[in-house]
Amino acid sequence: MTSNASAAHHGEHHDHHLEEGPHGTMKGYMTGFVLSVILTAIPFWLVMGGVLDSTVATSVLVLVFAVVQIVVHMIYFLHLNTKSEGGWNMLSLIFTLILVFITLTGSLWVMYHLNVNMMPGMMTSTPG
Amino acid sequence: MAEHNTAEATEAPVFYVTEEEHAHSSTLLGFWIYIMSDTLIFAALFATFGVLSHSYAGGPTPKEVLELPTVALNTAMLLISSITCGFAMLQMEKNNRSATLLWLAITGIFGAIFVGLELHEFAGLIAEGAGPQRSAYLSAFFTLVGTHGTHVTVGIIWLVTLMVQIGRKDLIEANKRRLMCFSMFWHFLDVIWIGVFSFVYLLGVLQ
Repeated sequence: MTSNASAAHHGEHHDHHLEEGPHGTMKGYMTGFVLSVILTAIPFWLVMGGVLDSTVATSVLVLVFAVVQIVVHMIYFLHLNTKSEGGWNMLSLIFTLILVFITLTGSLWVMYHLNVNMMPGMMTSTPG
Repeated sequence: MAEHNTAEATEAPVFYVTEEEHAHSSTLLGFWIYIMSDTLIFAALFATFGVLSHSYAGGPTPKEVLELPTVALNTAMLLISSITCGFAMLQMEKNNRSATLLWLAITGIFGAIFVGLELHEFAGLIAEGAGPQRSAYLSAFFTLVGTHGTHVTVGIIWLVTLMVQIGRKDLIEANKRRLMCFSMFWHFLDVIWIGVFSFVYLLGVLQ
């Protein structure tokens, strides 16, 4: 909805340049807000109410809801789409996400293995 | 033959963008790139937290010190301030100065409540001996959550500055551009907070 609206604005080619900026609509903001409330309430309910017996399942669900809510914020609050700024917004976001992914997984992966394989107590039991 | 050539030359295809670049466009894109670089700072802090999140050093675990009801209230405050910031932007587009200022003020109040609750939480933790020097986990916790809180505090200062500027110079183009940057910054802080409450608080209490 929002991306259609802003695409239409881009098509009109206003000389009044501020018109080309990111645009929100009341409907867009309210949709984003309601979705965010739901996507926040469910993980809090899962953890505080101890709904699921499995900790792993709850953890995965919490992370999934977080990712979905971040996407909702990006679309409805930050008005991000593939067309804004000629695609440079999206390109820099993708680049950033790749770096975020490398930072997070790289750190966790390397430090976990250092911890497991190189702690003093482990040295004797680990061959070679 | 010669005539044909001239006709072709005048309608020759152009292989570059003939439209002029808009100045405001580069400001918003530049600000977006700043936000992306800020995201990388938070990525580094999240990674640090992830690595140290079990290094309790015999100190308190998240389950013992974190209070989810406070965090839920905090989350609600920040989310409400996000939507009121959106309302301020909608009023700005309608050139409605007083309504813009009103929604900005409400945004600032909710932001201030958020920072107040967070400081209250920090003070409580430090008072019960769970300060940043207690364990690597708590150091990482205070650094990550504190950096986010600092951002929100700076955002509130920026918000007040903008309100004074709008009050004095009205909703001129420059102020609108600044407001757009501010709204991007404010929504970005809410996005980071999603990561904080999921990763630090909810997953912390689960373990």
